[in-house]
Amino acid sequence: MTKNTPVAAAAQVKLEQESRNATKAMLLEFWYYFSQNKGAVLGLAVFVLLVLVAVFAPLVAPHDPDVQYRDSFLVPPVWLEGGKAAFLLGTDAVGRDILSRLIFGARFSLFIGIVVVTIALVGGIVIGLVAGYMRGFVDTFIMRVMDIILAFPSLLLALVLVAILGPGLMNAMIAIAIVLQPHFVRLTRAAVLAERSRDYVVAAKVAGAGHFRLMFKTILPNCLAPLIVQATLSFSNAILDAAALGFLGMGAQPPTPEWGTMLAEAREFILRAWWVVTFPGLAILITVLAINLVGDGLRDALDPKLKRS
Amino acid sequence: MPLLEIRNLKVEFETAKGAFKALDGVDYTVDAGEVLSIVGESGSGKSVAMLAVMGLLPDTATITADVMEFEGRDLRTLSSRERRKVIGKDISMIFQEPIASLNPCFTIGFQLAETLKIHTDLNSAARKARVLELMRAVGIPDPEGRVSAYPHQMSGGQCQRVMIAMAIACSPKLLIADEPTTALDVTIQKQILDLLVQLQQESGMGLIMITHDMGVVAETADRVIVQYKGRKMEESDVLSLFENPQHAYTKALLSALPENATGDRLPTVSDFADAGGF
Amino acid sequence: MINAGAFVYSTGDHPAVSWQDPPVRHIRTHDMFRILFSRLGLLIPTFFGVTLVAFSFIRLLPGDPLDLLAGERGIDPERKAQLMAQMGFDRPLWEQYLDYLLNIFQGDLGTSFASKKPVLDEFLTLFPATAELALCAIIIAVCLGIPAGIFAAVKRGSVADQAIMGTALVGYSMPIFWWGLLLIILFSGILQWTPVSGRISLMFFFPQVTGFMLIDSLLSGEKGAFLSAVRHLILPSVVLATIPLAVIARQTRSAMLEVLGEDYVRTARAKGLPPFRVIGFHALRNALIPVITTIGLQVGVLLAGAILTETIFSWPGIGKWLVDSISRRDYFVVQGGLLLIAGIIMLVNLIVDLLYGLINPRIRHN
Repeated sequence: MTKNTPVAAAAQVKLEQESRNATKAMLLEFWYYFSQNKGAVLGLAVFVLLVLVAVFAPLVAPHDPDVQYRDSFLVPPVWLEGGKAAFLLGTDAVGRDILSRLIFGARFSLFIGIVVVTIALVGGIVIGLVAGYMRGFVDTFIMRVMDIILAFPSLLLALVLVAILGPGLMNAMIAIAIVLQPHFVRLTRAAVLAERSRDYVVAAKVAGAGHFRLMFKTILPNCLAPLIVQATLSFSNAILDAAALGFLGMGAQPPTPEWGTMLAEAREFILRAWWVVTFPGLAILITVLAINLVGDGLRDALDPKLKRS
Repeated sequence: MPLLEIRNLKVEFETAKGAFKALDGVDYTVDAGEVLSIVGESGSGKSVAMLAVMGLLPDTATITADVMEFEGRDLRTLSSRERRKVIGKDISMIFQEPIASLNPCFTIGFQLAETLKIHTDLNSAARKARVLELMRAVGIPDPEGRVSAYPHQMSGGQCQRVMIAMAIACSPKLLIADEPTTALDVTIQKQILDLLVQLQQESGMGLIMITHDMGVVAETADRVIVQYKGRKMEESDVLSLFENPQHAYTKALLSALPENATGDRLPTVSDFADAGGF
Repeated sequence: MINAGAFVYSTGDHPAVSWQDPPVRHIRTHDMFRILFSRLGLLIPTFFGVTLVAFSFIRLLPGDPLDLLAGERGIDPERKAQLMAQMGFDRPLWEQYLDYLLNIFQGDLGTSFASKKPVLDEFLTLFPATAELALCAIIIAVCLGIPAGIFAAVKRGSVADQAIMGTALVGYSMPIFWWGLLLIILFSGILQWTPVSGRISLMFFFPQVTGFMLIDSLLSGEKGAFLSAVRHLILPSVVLATIPLAVIARQTRSAMLEVLGEDYVRTARAKGLPPFRVIGFHALRNALIPVITTIGLQVGVLLAGAILTETIFSWPGIGKWLVDSISRRDYFVVQGGLLLIAGIIMLVNLIVDLLYGLINPRIRHN
């Protein structure tokens, strides 16, 4: 083969350079379309802020989230009568600063989102690739299993799974990841089915690519767009579902400052101390909203039909 | 009095990159019983003028003209309601993609009858009869059977016949055909063109044929307007155009026909651009 | 599970009906049965899979099933051996599964420990409450969501469009259990317009004819009963409707936008049809096709949401029943509940599939 001649080596270098430039151009074009959507950019900014707050929580939070101030039970937010400057958003029933708990809670929410999406994405991609590529009995079996999972309402299935595994944050995350799995599997499989008969795949096969290479290096990169959009959607769903499980007492357990768990603890005080209920929910809403804004922006930017060049 | 008279028509679209001039001061005149062909390449704006007459342009379009009259009525000042009484009845239009131009959820009989329902006061039985009559007039075989068919069950040629039937349903004074044969097979193209010419001659209506195909122009037109990038390049009767083209662009178009390919290289429009100054 | 493709029909004559009417009459029952049977073919293995999941539930729980069922009091070994034989826990798993299946087909889903009543009976008693809630929610979602979506599509890019879509986005980013609590604070706590829990004020007592409080209160003829039922129903319905409303609005808008750019809409305008007919009839008819599928899928969302909504509003439906049973370790209830709910969802999906085949002529004729 001509691999080692200087001419071939120079051509190889040029090819890699062009490939890098092409990738850079693609990313720049993507950013151009994404940034046109002001909501998406705002969502991204909020999300980045959230990540920073979560990472630097010990520095940002005014108090420790678990410390109970015995003399300050159910203190209102600072702008209301009876509020204290030390507790900007007030305290909960056992005297813990709500703002600090919210800040530390951000860690849990982001952690949940990342773990769940990673598991669901990786699992979903692998299973979907296998199903779409293999077809036949394997495909049918996998899709029936996915149908079974989808036959149950997601929250119910997650609840049942947590009941089996035992309440707790880790189990809640696993349960939610399993419940979100089918969406990724179906997406990947659909994309694989659409792509596998395309000419470039046939060409790669003829050139001698093996199964793994075909699946992961040839087909997968072309299926990424809908998967990315689904990943952001699942990120926000994961946060909502984990909060729901926490609210029902099956997720993160007290005294963990997870936002849903905080809402569960606060429920009996809704008429007496509305701030204990309002702020954790607001935190969930803002986080999920930011992610959904980014997701919408991603979908618009990645959808080839909408390309306006 | 001409059937349709347009003077100095300008159409601008608002786009993300600023205003785009689709039409820059074009005149059109059509008399009753006349076939006018508007010919040009894609992007010349040939459809835009007719869409403006029909009121089918989006809100981002700004339409200005010195004169825009149909049978002496000023189209610019018509209210939406008044315009809807004219469109589909006195002026009708058929489009390029026949199957896509029909609603996939309703039968063709239903869609044909709808035109009659809106513009005439025929009762249900009379409408039904007229629909069958129209289908026969446009050459659809077995009208009684086809009347309850859906667009996706018919071929492109048949769907275009349905579109033509819809367009002539209320005996229009002017029919606008926007590239009616471009999406069809060559053999079907001839049938549709012959049908259009036949209907035009039988009813004496005006026909505007928008096309990029000089062959279609030769087959059907009485007069021709040659358009390029929103401006009129030449206007003359069809025989003079082919025998003695005046404008450089017309010469370029005619030279670019495959029939005129003599020698090694097929001429392109841009070959003539410098000389013609367009 | 909504897989609306690959139905093959023979082209045949259409029956002689009035073709001027919209096309619903053209369906041949033969076609619909064909869809039904092909969907059932897929559903049957799924259903058995679901029964397997429900069956495995108790057996997957950590610990011995009988110890779990006995709870904290514990159980003495003799009695345990007796119960094991009685309940069939000592037999091979596949035999137990077959027994379980046989019982299902006879309508025996076990007995609740909390209420000592058969699971199926309790389900049927409580289901109307959830059904009433879900129906109200879906009606609200459809009646508000579709018009909102149409309006946003027609006025694309305007302030109204952005406002509607922004609201929809907030709607489905919201944790609905929090939303419900907020509304309780506002409407029940501060304004005192609505009650906090239950289906009807405690002072009313009348026989349950249909199980639907709205209907029963009207039938009872008691003064103020219907109004009380409405006041109890409105807040939970709104909360439950929030996510489907947002999803339907967004989906309608995107479907409408796609349809409004199609050639046949231009043809409809070129025919001189009034805008209301162009949009509301020609465009909407096509746009509704994907939206119907979405509405069908929302049933699963509604049932999941019902779990949370019923918990917050103490609404005596199956959502609350299931959650309480999980906490109470009332496992037969959970097992039966899983099966029944999954069954309902599969049934609804089947109906949606059939409906999709009905309204989309291209699928009908392939």
